[in-house]
Amino acid sequence: MMAREEKKPRLVERDTRLESDALGRERSLLDATWSNGRGLIAWMAETDHKAIGRRYIVTAFGFFALGGILAALMRIQLARPENTFLSPDLYNQIFSMHGTTMMFLFAVPVVLAMGVYLVPLMVGARSMAFPRMLAYSYWMFLFGGIFLYVMFFLNTGPDNGWFSYVPLAGPEFGYGKRADVWAQLITFTEVSGLIVATCLVCTIFKMRTPGMSLHRMPLFVWSMLITSFMVIFAMPSIIIASTCLIMDRLISTHFFNQAEGGDPLLWQHLFWFFGHPEVYIIFLPALGMMSEVISTSARRKVVGYTEMVLSMSATAFIGFGVWVHHMFSTGLPQLGQSFFTAASIMIVIPTAIQTFNWIGTIWTARRLQITVPFLYMASFFFIFIIGGLTGVMLASVPLDRQVHDTFFVVAHFHYVLIGGSTFPLLGGIFFWFPKITGRMLNRRIGQVSFWLLFVGFNLTFFPMHLLGLDGMPRRVYTYPTSMGWHNLNLLASVGAAIIFVSLLVYLVNIIVSLRHGVVAGENPWGASTLEWATTSPPPPYNFAPQLTVASSEPLWHSELAPPPIVGLAADKREVLVTYLLDAEPDHRYPMPGPSLWPLVAAVATSVMFVWSIFQAWGVVWGSIPIFLALVGWFWPTKTKERLEQGVRGRMTVSESLS
Amino acid sequence: MTAHPRHDVALDVTEIPTFGFGHRSLLWWATASMMIIEGMVFAMVIVSYVYLKGRTPHWPPSGPSPDLFWGTLNTVVLLASAVPNQLTKKAAERFDLGGVRLWMAVCLVFAVAFNTIRFVEFQHLNVRWDTNAYGSVVWVLVGFHTVHVITDFLDSSVLAALIFVGPVDEHRFVDVSENSLYWYFVVLTWLPIYAVVYFGSRIA
Repeated sequence: MMAREEKKPRLVERDTRLESDALGRERSLLDATWSNGRGLIAWMAETDHKAIGRRYIVTAFGFFALGGILAALMRIQLARPENTFLSPDLYNQIFSMHGTTMMFLFAVPVVLAMGVYLVPLMVGARSMAFPRMLAYSYWMFLFGGIFLYVMFFLNTGPDNGWFSYVPLAGPEFGYGKRADVWAQLITFTEVSGLIVATCLVCTIFKMRTPGMSLHRMPLFVWSMLITSFMVIFAMPSIIIASTCLIMDRLISTHFFNQAEGGDPLLWQHLFWFFGHPEVYIIFLPALGMMSEVISTSARRKVVGYTEMVLSMSATAFIGFGVWVHHMFSTGLPQLGQSFFTAASIMIVIPTAIQTFNWIGTIWTARRLQITVPFLYMASFFFIFIIGGLTGVMLASVPLDRQVHDTFFVVAHFHYVLIGGSTFPLLGGIFFWFPKITGRMLNRRIGQVSFWLLFVGFNLTFFPMHLLGLDGMPRRVYTYPTSMGWHNLNLLASVGAAIIFVSLLVYLVNIIVSLRHGVVAGENPWGASTLEWATTSPPPPYNFAPQLTVASSEPLWHSELAPPPIVGLAADKREVLVTYLLDAEPDHRYPMPGPSLWPLVAAVATSVMFVWSIFQAWGVVWGSIPIFLALVGWFWPTKTKERLEQGVRGRMTVSESLS
Repeated sequence: MTAHPRHDVALDVTEIPTFGFGHRSLLWWATASMMIIEGMVFAMVIVSYVYLKGRTPHWPPSGPSPDLFWGTLNTVVLLASAVPNQLTKKAAERFDLGGVRLWMAVCLVFAVAFNTIRFVEFQHLNVRWDTNAYGSVVWVLVGFHTVHVITDFLDSSVLAALIFVGPVDEHRFVDVSENSLYWYFVVLTWLPIYAVVYFGSRIA
C-alpha cells in the first residue's frame, strides 16, 4: 500500500520567486516551454487555446462571408418580380447553404470560439483543458466546412433547407447526394461542437484560479458554461436525427418512411429538440458579452448578478421544452399545443429580467462611456426586443398558423439571431480585439460601420414582416408582379447592399488597425476581469505569476491584493487544477505540448465521414485509420521526458516498483 | 504587468500533489461529459422506439419478438464483467501494477466473450434493419451499444498494452481508473436497452 500524505498549498511571505529578477527569468523559461516554434509543422501542431480560438474566429467569419455572399445572391434574385438571375434549383441550394452555413459554420462555432479564446484567460488559467482535443475539434470544423463548399461547387449542395425535412430529404425525393452532404456536415460540426463544450466545462469547473468561487465567475464565463451544457444535452438529438436520415438513405432503414411504420414527424421532433436549444446556444454567449461590455461601460458590476445567472440557466432549461412551437402546423393534439405555447411565452420572463438588469446597470452607471462596443450592445435593446415580440406572437398557435412558412418568420428569426447574437458578437470582437491583437480598432470607422449596419439591417428585415403578413412564402425563388411585393422586396435588397458595405467597412477597420491601430496596453477599456490583467496579446502561458482573486471584479479591487501563485513548474506546461465550488488548489497537472496527431486524426475522421456517404462499408474500413491515428496520439512518445518529469517532481510509481 | 501583485505574500503550490483520482481529475469530468452525451443518444433512440411503437398497431409489425436466450446470456456476461472491472479500478487507485495487469486482462477476456455473443445475438433479433421501422430502431439500439463495446474494447486494449510496456506513472493509473468508470457506463446503459429491445415488443 502506498497511501500518501497530501500536502496543502501554503502562504509564504517575501518569497524570492516574486522578485523582479526571478520573475523575469521565470517568464523567459515559460516562454521557451509554452512557445511552439516557427514554421509550418509548428503551425499545424498548435495547441494553444488562443491560437486555436483565433483560427476558429477567423474561419467562422470566413464562412460568414460566404453565407453573406449567398444571401446577397438571394436578395439580387428577389429584388424584382419574375427574375431569372438564379434558377429554382440553384436557389434551393443557395438558401439551404445560407442557413446551414450561418447556423452550423458561423453562429455556433464563432460564439464557442470566443469562449475558447477568452474563458481560460478570464478564469486566470494558463491553458485550456485538453488542448489537443481542442485542436482536433478545430480541424474537424474546418474540414467539414470545406467539404460542404466543395460539394456545393460540384452542384451537390444541400437543397432542403437548413432543417432538411423528410420526406423531401428522404430517399424517395432527396435528389442525388445532396441530403447526405447536409447530414454529414452536421456530423462534422457535432463532433467539433461537443468537444469544445466538453473542454469549456472542464476548464470552467476545474481550472479556475484560486479564489474564483462560482459566485465570482464573470458572467461571460457563466454564459459559456450554460451554453456548453446546452450543447452537451441538445446535440445528441441531432446526432440521432442525422444518423437515422443518412441510414434511411444509404442502407434502407425506415425511420421516416410512413409506408414501413416510420414517421416523418419523428424527424421534426428530433431535429427541433436540438434546433430550438441551438438558438439559445447562439444567443447565451452573446448575453455574456453584453454583460461584460455593459458593466465595463457603466463602470459598475451588473445589477443582479445572481438573477442574471439564474435567468440564463432558466432560459437554457425552458429552451428544452419549447421545440414543438416549430411544429404547430403539423396537426398535433391541442393540449400539446397549449403546453408549448405556454412554455414559449415563459421564456420571456428570464429574458426580461436580464434586459431590465442591463437597463438598471446603465441607469445607475458611475460614468457611462458610449464606446463602439456599447453601441452594438445597446442596439440589442432595439433589435432583439422586436424579434422577441414577434417571437411571442409566433408562440401563439392561431397567429403561427397564419404566418407559418412566410417571410414573417424569416424577419422574426433574423431579428432574434442577428440582433440577439451577431450584433453583440460584433461588439464583442470590437471590445476584445485589443486583447487579441494588441491594437485598438478605429473608433470613428467603427461608428460608421455600426450605423451602416444598423440602418441596413432594419431596411432589409423590417419589410419582411410586412411581406410575410401579406402572404409572401419563404423559400420561393421568385414571385409574380401581380402580387405587389416588389417594392418592399427592392427595399430589402437595398438594405442588404448597405449591410454588405457596413461589413466591408468593419473588415477595412480590422485590416487597417492591425497595422496602424493605437497600441492598446493591458486594459484599454478599464475593464474588471482577469483577461485584462495580462499583456495584449497575452503570452503563450497567459499569466506569470498566476494571479488569484478576492472579488468578482478583481481589477477594480486591487486593494484586496490576493496572493499570487508560486510553485508552478516553468519547465513544463503545468497548470493548476482546482476544486469545483470554491476553486481551492487541488493539484498541479502537466498539459500536453504541441502535436501533429490531432490533425492526422482529423484527416482520418474526415476521410471516413466522406467515404461513408458513398459506401456504407466506408464506416468500417474508414475507422481503421482513425483507430491507428488515435493510438499514435495516445502512445507516449517522450518516454524519457515523462520519466524525467517524474524524477523532477516526485518519484514515479514505476520507479518505486523497479 | 499593471496588476503587479504585492510581493509580501504568495500562495505556494510546490508541495501539492501532481494528480488526483475521481472528480478531482480533469479526465473524470471529460468522461462524465462523454457519458452524458452518449446517454442522451441512447435516450433519444429509446424515445424514438416508444414513439414509433405508439404509432404502429402491431408491435413488432411482423414476425416474432427477439429471442430471449442470447440477449439474456449477454446481459449476465456484461453484469459479471463489473467484478474484474471494479478490481481493476481498485488496483489502479492503490497503484498496484500487478493487480491492474491481471484484472485488465480479465476484463479484456470478458469483452471478447461479450462481442462474440453479441454477434450471435444479432442473428436472433428476428428482424432486419431494412424490414420495417421496428427493425431499424431495434438494430440501431443494439448496434449503437455494440459500437460502444467495440470501441471500449479497443481503447482498453491499447491502455492495457501501455500498462504492460510502460512507463507507468500516476497519470496512467488515473487513466485506468477513468477507463473502468466508462465501462460501468457501457454496462449500465445496456440494462434499459435490454429491457426495451427484449420486452418492449412483449409488453403491450
